[in-house]
Amino acid sequence: MSVGRSLFAATLAGALALAVSPALSQTLRYANQGELKSLDPYTLNESTTSAHLGHVYEGLVARGKDLKIIPALAESWETPEPTRWRFHLRKGVKFHNGDPFTADDVVFSAERVRAKGSNFQSRVPADAKAVKIDDYTVDFILTSPNPILTALWATWYIMDKKWAEANDAVAPTPAAATTPSYASLHENGTGPFTIESHQPGVKTVFKANPNWWRKPEHNLKEIIFTPIANPATRVAALLSGEVDVIEPVPVQDIERVKASPNATVLTGPELRTIFVGMDQARDELLYSNIKGKNPFKDVRVREAVYRAIDVDLIKNRVMRGLSTPSALMVAPEIFASKDFTRPKFDPDAAKKLLADAGYADGFEVTMDCPNDRYVNDAAICQAVVGMLARIGIKVELLAQPKAQYFAKVLKPGGYKTSLFMLGWTPDTLDSQNVLHDIMGCRDDPKDPNRGEANLAGYCNKQFDELADKVLVESDTAKRDQLIKQAFEVSMKDWAYVPLHQQALAWGVSKKVKLTQRADNMVMLYWATKQDE
Amino acid sequence: MLAFTLRRAIQAIGVMIAVGIISFSMFRFAGDPVNQMVGMDTSGAERAAIRKSLGLDDPVIVQFGRYVGNAAQFKFGVSYQFRLPVSNLLMERMPATLELAICATIFAMVSGILMGVYSALRRDSLLAHVFQAVSLIGISLPTFLIGILMIYLFSVTLGWLPSFGRGDVVHIGWWTTGLLTWSGLKALIMPSITLGLFQMTLIMRLVRAEMLEVMRTDYIRFARARGLTTRAIHFGHALRNTLVPVITVAGLQFGSVIAFAIITETVFQWPGMGLLFVQAVQNVDIPIMAAYLMMVSLIFVTINLVVDILYTIVDPRLRSTVSRAH
Repeated sequence: MSVGRSLFAATLAGALALAVSPALSQTLRYANQGELKSLDPYTLNESTTSAHLGHVYEGLVARGKDLKIIPALAESWETPEPTRWRFHLRKGVKFHNGDPFTADDVVFSAERVRAKGSNFQSRVPADAKAVKIDDYTVDFILTSPNPILTALWATWYIMDKKWAEANDAVAPTPAAATTPSYASLHENGTGPFTIESHQPGVKTVFKANPNWWRKPEHNLKEIIFTPIANPATRVAALLSGEVDVIEPVPVQDIERVKASPNATVLTGPELRTIFVGMDQARDELLYSNIKGKNPFKDVRVREAVYRAIDVDLIKNRVMRGLSTPSALMVAPEIFASKDFTRPKFDPDAAKKLLADAGYADGFEVTMDCPNDRYVNDAAICQAVVGMLARIGIKVELLAQPKAQYFAKVLKPGGYKTSLFMLGWTPDTLDSQNVLHDIMGCRDDPKDPNRGEANLAGYCNKQFDELADKVLVESDTAKRDQLIKQAFEVSMKDWAYVPLHQQALAWGVSKKVKLTQRADNMVMLYWATKQDE
Repeated sequence: MLAFTLRRAIQAIGVMIAVGIISFSMFRFAGDPVNQMVGMDTSGAERAAIRKSLGLDDPVIVQFGRYVGNAAQFKFGVSYQFRLPVSNLLMERMPATLELAICATIFAMVSGILMGVYSALRRDSLLAHVFQAVSLIGISLPTFLIGILMIYLFSVTLGWLPSFGRGDVVHIGWWTTGLLTWSGLKALIMPSITLGLFQMTLIMRLVRAEMLEVMRTDYIRFARARGLTTRAIHFGHALRNTLVPVITVAGLQFGSVIAFAIITETVFQWPGMGLLFVQAVQNVDIPIMAAYLMMVSLIFVTINLVVDILYTIVDPRLRSTVSRAH
């Protein structure tokens, strides 16, 4: 081969390479309502924080654009026996400081994530063992089969053992840390971006990592993240072109943003299910005029409440069309619900049910509701109050900021509520989480965490048995059948009143192309921006 | 004089303690901080461990003792949200707030005095009526509404000024300033006007009233009789005598400019102490709330103390009343 020819080949190869991978030349400015509080990936288990850190850190697995689990730092995995998972790690991956990624880091991260002070302890079962087989193979040995072991691992980020040891960051930064830790102000991940500067609550600058092992789908050289808490200011910043992406756009501003020349709104169903619950555990309601008994213990009263609420009206009036009424306590993306339809809205039947239960004249009750947590939360509650009034249940609404609301209604506050509205996304993206946390019996001596967030105190042993079977069933078809049975049981009990899945609303500049994922995690490594 | 100063200082300490007690009792209704520090599906055991290590389970009286003891030593602990020392966070945010407050005060003084003088001297002119209308807006419209309206006019519609943030800042030691960059200066304009508008109307009305008062006094008539130019009368004699109360008010108001910056900072996402405080309230970040409230009350108490002492120096009549009273 002549010199000229090989030179030509080299030039051609270079040109091809240029054409294939886009130049990382753009600056993307992103504003979210929340702030990035700690860079330690084990401090706060909350999806916005995990999304931010997902630009920097990576897990053994990741979630793709359709939320399917895809390989990340683990190239592949298999389960030679139901209680042993084997992960083959990707070779040649480097942390941002240049350290190579090996099995030691996985074993270290498995210990750190379960250590005292971590908010992600449930990511790896407490009694599971992580065993290094060789530098690029790790086994997880479980005490009982767990078909959804990796469901949460996309946000279990792998940390560098050497770096943590060198910087006194072996222990996770606890939520109650009294001294600032190195890991909460610095990062060392393997991900597509590095953090160049981080001023908590003010501004964080991400730079593209040129040594990322994956081929970038973005064309960004940097991301400048600013929290903007005030919704009107956030929208104004998008409309004036000072930021390229905002999350969320308030429902009432969506049409205006869509009508503007330089920005639009990406909407889509979110996985979070908004539902109403009734205290059916206490013998007497805490906040009601009925003394000596609890009307919500009567299944007819619960059915009456269910049938009195018109979800379509809530969708059209309160949510401006941006909600998906739901029959189940999980989104259709999590459990396909062809076999379930929502029982019909029927206020007359509801009135009759109430009369049959002995409350022909209705009764009074107080409803707890957050007013800064979910899309139009207080307005939804107001609508529910009006609908229940029509069947004679007089509801006094107590809408509070989430800080006070959660302090009152959650377990540490003693579940102090009689009627409430809550939203829930199972972070495993699997129904089992809802069956266990929201609908399982409280005070189960064998499993103290069951029913942790079951504010209604719904309890049915048959339901719990099904939920336990779901946990260990590895066969997908059988498992789905069990989940279906469990939901059928709860619907027969009128356990909860699922309302809808709210819609996502991201404001995006017309110069930016972005993939919206239904778990509301804004992943900018799929964003491309045109030249100014 | 020394006894007077001492007495005033003791009173100031009394005020600080009262603020401490009131703010501490308010924190008990702010909500449960642990809920904001961990994810929704955190187990009860884990939450309990955090409560214990934060000392939230101790008896109320123990918590209060610890809070007062630490506050007296200016130890405010570690922020619940950021896991950083509160004093560092406040120091980091202080330059932004002070720069904003100073610019707002300068804006309020300059435009307030100019408008006040004009509307006193040309009481029936069209412009004086416009000024009166503007001052009515400044007093009656809430700050956040003015801020939002300005953002929609100057950022979204006209695209002249940035809608949020401080622009590029320059570090001078631990101080950060936006006064040295073009984007920093542009970012200052709207927040300063929003924050200063209320003070401006106050000063304008004060100057106008004082000026009208002064113009009726004998020495102005005498100056006229002497044949001085109108200009010398207005600016050399009348305005100068109006300025004493104006400066006093503006000085006293500086404390409330800093305190009111909370709203302006929230609207413009201005990274100052007020924004830090609002976010702390939303997240039940008690260490930040405590430190901020103590700091603001310290500013108020100090300004008042200094003014009181200065008055007794400047005005001997006050001193004699004080000593006669005891």
